[in-house]
Amino acid sequence: MRPISFIVLLAILSLFLIASSLFMGSVPLSIQTVWLSLVDSSAENTSLIITELRLPRTLAAFATGALLAQAGALMQVLVRNPLADPYILGVSGGAATAVLIGMLFGFSSVFGLTGLAFIGALIAMLLVFVIAHQKGNWTPTRLLLTGVVIAAGWGAAISLILTLSPANNLHGMLFWLMGDLSYSYSVSFAFIALVIGLILSMLLSSQLNVLIRGDKLAATLGVNLKQLHIKIYILASLLTAAAVVQAGSIGFVGFIVPHLIRLTGITDHRYLLPAATLGGGILVLVADTAARTIIAPQQLPVGIITALIGIPLFLFLLQRDAKQ
Amino acid sequence: MSLIKCNQLNVKIAHTQVCEHLTLAINAAENWAILGMNGCGKTTLLHTIAGLLPARTGEININNINLNNLSRRDIAQQLGLLMQHQEDHFPGTVLECVLIGRHPHLKSWQWESEYDKEIALEALSVVGLNNFFDRPILTLSGGERQRVAIATLLVQQTNIRLLDEPVNHLDIHHQHEIMKLLTTNNDNIANVFVLHDVNLAAQYCDHALLIYGDGKVLQGACTEVLTEQNLSDLYQYPLHEISHNGQRWFIAS
Repeated sequence: MRPISFIVLLAILSLFLIASSLFMGSVPLSIQTVWLSLVDSSAENTSLIITELRLPRTLAAFATGALLAQAGALMQVLVRNPLADPYILGVSGGAATAVLIGMLFGFSSVFGLTGLAFIGALIAMLLVFVIAHQKGNWTPTRLLLTGVVIAAGWGAAISLILTLSPANNLHGMLFWLMGDLSYSYSVSFAFIALVIGLILSMLLSSQLNVLIRGDKLAATLGVNLKQLHIKIYILASLLTAAAVVQAGSIGFVGFIVPHLIRLTGITDHRYLLPAATLGGGILVLVADTAARTIIAPQQLPVGIITALIGIPLFLFLLQRDAKQ
Repeated sequence: MSLIKCNQLNVKIAHTQVCEHLTLAINAAENWAILGMNGCGKTTLLHTIAGLLPARTGEININNINLNNLSRRDIAQQLGLLMQHQEDHFPGTVLECVLIGRHPHLKSWQWESEYDKEIALEALSVVGLNNFFDRPILTLSGGERQRVAIATLLVQQTNIRLLDEPVNHLDIHHQHEIMKLLTTNNDNIANVFVLHDVNLAAQYCDHALLIYGDGKVLQGACTEVLTEQNLSDLYQYPLHEISHNGQRWFIAS
C-alpha cells in the first residue's frame, strides 16, 4: 500500500472510531439523540452524556494519544534509539511532577498547568541530556539508560507529592496520574498543540530523515545539528506537556505507535509523523473505550491498557535487538 | 586551482598531535592517500577538513573560501565525507538511505524529484547494487552497506570527496571496482582517501600524506613519498618493496 493511502485509511478509521465511541458506554443512546446532541444544542431529546461526557473524553483520548505518538517519534530521532518514549525517558514524569506541584498549590487553569508541565518536561529532558553527555560522546544506549534511571527518580518525587497531598485531592490526582481521561482538561487546547506540533515537526521531517542515519553524517549533509537538536528537544517537550496535562503519564504510546507504523514499511518521516499522529490517537481512543466498557460502570485508567500492550512489545524488541 | 587548502593547520586530539604546521594544497583531479598507524589522527584530520571538528589554529579553505564563512549546507554542496562506520538504528529502504545524499541540494520543503531518484538509482548501479533499491537497509551485508554509503556520497555530487576507509568490509573484487570508480572520470574532483592498504594507495593515488602521530607529517607525490624506508618508519614495521610489471608493491616482512 502506498504511504499516502495508508494515512488516508488511518484518518477514515479515526473518524469512524471517534463517531462510534460516542455510542459506547453504560447508557445506550440512539443515533438520533447522538446526532441532535452534536449539531443542535437547542433541540429536545439531546443528551448531556454526549456533549459533557463522551465527546470531550473521546476527543481528549484521541488528542492525548496523537500528541504522545508524535513526541515519541521525535524523541526517537533525537536519541537515535527506536525504544525512546516520553514515558520511558522520564519526560512525562518530569511534566507530571511539575503539574502535581501546581495542583498541590491550588493551580487549576489549563494554561498554568500546561506551562508547568512544559517546564517540567524541559527540565526532565535537559537533566537526561546533561548527565548522559557528561564525558563527551554519548551513545544512544547510555542516553536511554540515563532516562530510565531519571524516570525512576520522578516516580519517587511523585510518590512524595502524593504523600504530602490532602486526602480529598488524592483520588483525583492519582487517577489523573495513571492516565484517566475522565479528568481531562480543555480539549481544544490539546488539539491546538497537536496541530501546531504537527506542522512544526513536518517542517523538520526531511532533516529527521537524515538525522536518523547518524549525527555526523547529517552534519556532512548540511544539517545544522545544534539547531535541529534544540528544535526537536523543545517540540517534543511541548507535545509531551500538552499530553500529560490532558491525562497524566500514559506510558508506551510514544514508543508503540511509531514502531508499528515502521513495521508497515513507512520509514520516511514525512509520512511517519502524520501516520503516527493518527495511529496514536486511534490507540489511546480504543484503549480508553476499552477502559470504560470492560468493567462498566467501573472505569479503568487508560494507562493500564497501554502498559499491557507496551511492556511485552518493549521487552520483545529489547531481546530481539540484543540477539542481533 | 586548489579545491582544499590548509594553511598552518594545527590539529590535536586528546594527547595526539596530528599535525602542527600543516600546509596542504589539494587540486582537482588529484587522489590523495592519508596513511598512518591506528590512532594517529587520520579520521580526526579528515573530520577537521570537513568542518566537523575545530582546528586548534590555522585555516582551511575549500574552493577558495574559508570554511568558517560557510554554513553546513554550503559545505555539504561542495564537500562529501564517507564515514568510517555506518549507523543503522532505524529501518528504511536502500533507496531512502541513498536519497539523503540529495539533502544539501533540496530546500527543506522540497521532495525528491524523479531526477533525484534517477541519480540515486544510477549511483546504486555503478556501485554494483542494481536491484537493491527497495531492500531493507538492515538486511544488507557489511560490504553491501558500505557500497550504499558510497552511493550516498556519489549522489551528493560534490567536487571534494573525503573517504574514511572506503574499502572497509569490501572483498578484493569490490575494493578495486570501487577504487577504480572513484579515481576515474574525475577531472573536477579531488579525492582524499584514508587507507590501510599501502598497495591500494600506490595503485590508485597520486599523492600521499603520511601521519606519524607525533605532529610530524610527510607529503608529496606517491612515487617519492611511498618508499620502503618511509613506510617502515611510519608503520614501525619492516616493509619491502617489490616491482612487478612496472607497478610497485609493498609487503610486510
